[in-house]
Amino acid sequence: MTGLSIDRISMRFELPNGTAVQALKDVSLKIAQGEILTVLGPSGCGKSTLLNIVAGFLAPTSGKITLNDTPVHGPSRERGMVFQKGALFEWMNVRDNVSFGPRMKGQKPKDYAEEVDHLLNVVGLRDFKEKAIYELSGGMQQRVALARCLANHPDVILMDEPLGALDALTREKMQSLVLKLWKETGKTIILITHSVEEALLLGERLLVMAPRPGRIHSEYRLPFADMGVAMDLREVKKHPDFAPKREEILSLIWDMEEEIMGNAEAAV
Amino acid sequence: MIPLLLYVGFFLLTLGIVKLLTGNMTKTGFIARKTVTFGDESAVVADRRASFFSIFAIFLLWASFTGSVMLPDFLHMPGPFTGTGTFTYTTEAPDGQRDDGEVSVTVLPNAEDKDAIAVDPGEGFAKNDSMAIATYRSSLIRVDENDEVTREGGAKVVAVNGQPLEPGGEVKTDFARIGMSQRGTLNVEPNPGWQMEPIWLPAPEAVFKRFVEIASTGFRNYTLLEHLGSSLFRVVSGFLLGAVIGIPLGYAMGLSNWFRGWFDPIVEFMRPVPPLALIPLVIIWAGIGEGGKIILLFLAALWIMAIAARAGVSGVDIAKVHAAYSLGASKAQIMRYVIVPNSLPEIFTGARVAMGVCWGTVVAAELVAAEKGAGMMIMVASKFQNTDIVLMGIILIGIIGFGIDILMRWCERVLVPWKGRS
Repeated sequence: MTGLSIDRISMRFELPNGTAVQALKDVSLKIAQGEILTVLGPSGCGKSTLLNIVAGFLAPTSGKITLNDTPVHGPSRERGMVFQKGALFEWMNVRDNVSFGPRMKGQKPKDYAEEVDHLLNVVGLRDFKEKAIYELSGGMQQRVALARCLANHPDVILMDEPLGALDALTREKMQSLVLKLWKETGKTIILITHSVEEALLLGERLLVMAPRPGRIHSEYRLPFADMGVAMDLREVKKHPDFAPKREEILSLIWDMEEEIMGNAEAAV
Repeated sequence: MIPLLLYVGFFLLTLGIVKLLTGNMTKTGFIARKTVTFGDESAVVADRRASFFSIFAIFLLWASFTGSVMLPDFLHMPGPFTGTGTFTYTTEAPDGQRDDGEVSVTVLPNAEDKDAIAVDPGEGFAKNDSMAIATYRSSLIRVDENDEVTREGGAKVVAVNGQPLEPGGEVKTDFARIGMSQRGTLNVEPNPGWQMEPIWLPAPEAVFKRFVEIASTGFRNYTLLEHLGSSLFRVVSGFLLGAVIGIPLGYAMGLSNWFRGWFDPIVEFMRPVPPLALIPLVIIWAGIGEGGKIILLFLAALWIMAIAARAGVSGVDIAKVHAAYSLGASKAQIMRYVIVPNSLPEIFTGARVAMGVCWGTVVAAELVAAEKGAGMMIMVASKFQNTDIVLMGIILIGIIGFGIDILMRWCERVLVPWKGRS
């Protein structure tokens, strides 16, 4: 089948003091080509670990991941990643950052120049091509990171709280941009976030994970991402279904947090 | 003590004058709008007028205390007494009879015996004397030697200028301090004034004159440029060798467990050993020639550069490496496009430190033994009490060291503009 398949992934970290942490336990998931999935959960539920395993930075203790029927071993260009703080190369200007992937493949400037221009246009950085990374604001840096990822033509884009460090206004603009890019490019996207609202707005599917051990708690199928492609995100938030869904998921996560705190207090 | 008080006084005086004239101290632009500046480090900017006065004050004090021609006479500190001064001494013969004699003291720079003026012996059994002393020196005189009754005859000096004087005591006259030894010999110590003797501190113009002289005629078979150039050459070649070996070593330590484990004890042991402590060993092994100096500086730079490169590799944000892998970069490409550029700021910091240490070490090594070089120049000069050359050398060493640092900072700004801004 095409798409990403996560099959009974478990992850156990052995700590130096002899104890072990079960970060993930039997997580299974299938994501079709072109789907956008958001992952939500309290801290320590293993969502970043899951993303790192999919990206290939971590090898799971058990289970396997296949992308388009090819097993995943280690990072590769089919699975692009956008990090929380961009992870841009500040010794290169904007253009060289965006063209990094093509250049690593050995492409010549004439092969990628047009596409880099196009991508910078899409993310709204046409006039910043020659700028140094440290001259850009946080939101602009994330735009560069998105463009850099897209320039490499990945099948799946993994986003690890990509908008977490941005201010509220910039964040909203970036959310629209993510939806726009998703629709235009038809990429599969997995996006991890702390914000319930963001997860609702951007996720065709929304996954809530629970901690100790990290597992999938519940899954929602949502209409808001499709709406957001066509209309303003603030309008989407006014949709009659939006607020109840948000409350439902918020209280779910609240309960989990309470449970963690309760356990912690009991342990003390 | 007096120069220090004058310096502090000058500091306060200029501060007061500038404040009085301009009212508000150097606050322009945005900083002028800040209401809270005390404790706000970003609001503190070096006041260039203060820097000017600071340098001015040093030269002023220097010139004033050396009687420099750069200053008009009234700004000079009182100089040593020169010319002829006289004092009278009173001798008591064994029979209790007293008589006065006069001593004429000629104080001149570079005085010799022939400079002592001829005096009329005068009346009485105590005859007049005459002596010559060089400025800043003192001299013993046996005033009874030409008297009719000498010390051996039982006479003894009991007073100078009418003030009673005993062995071990002293009397101050208008131009000198006159002491008496235990055996009754007078010791004349003309007033030294407040100025420094040139052998301690030559005047600025003397240093400059010496600089012009050495710049044109050279010093000890080599021109000034050869002396300074050879020091610089040693620093640059030692540093480059250290960097060429140290940086790859640091990278290897940052990237491989085995390398890290193998070199860790060596680097950690060698790092706290001051390069100066290696000078004797290097001299034993490699002699005092060019080779030994370069080996020493190589060792001084090596560990600094290795540690800087290791820190540069260790400091790479793992997200950047991950990003590069997901973008399809190979290991060699990660090295070339991520790890090396990421470590450059650290390496530049290390290079600045290493250049500073090397410059200090080369001067020290040349002080110990060398045929030419800045350190050798001041060492040899100090042995001949050529304080002006010593001062000139120190000033040149300082200027070159400062120049090296400026150059390194400039390179840093041009080559790693992203430093500290990620």
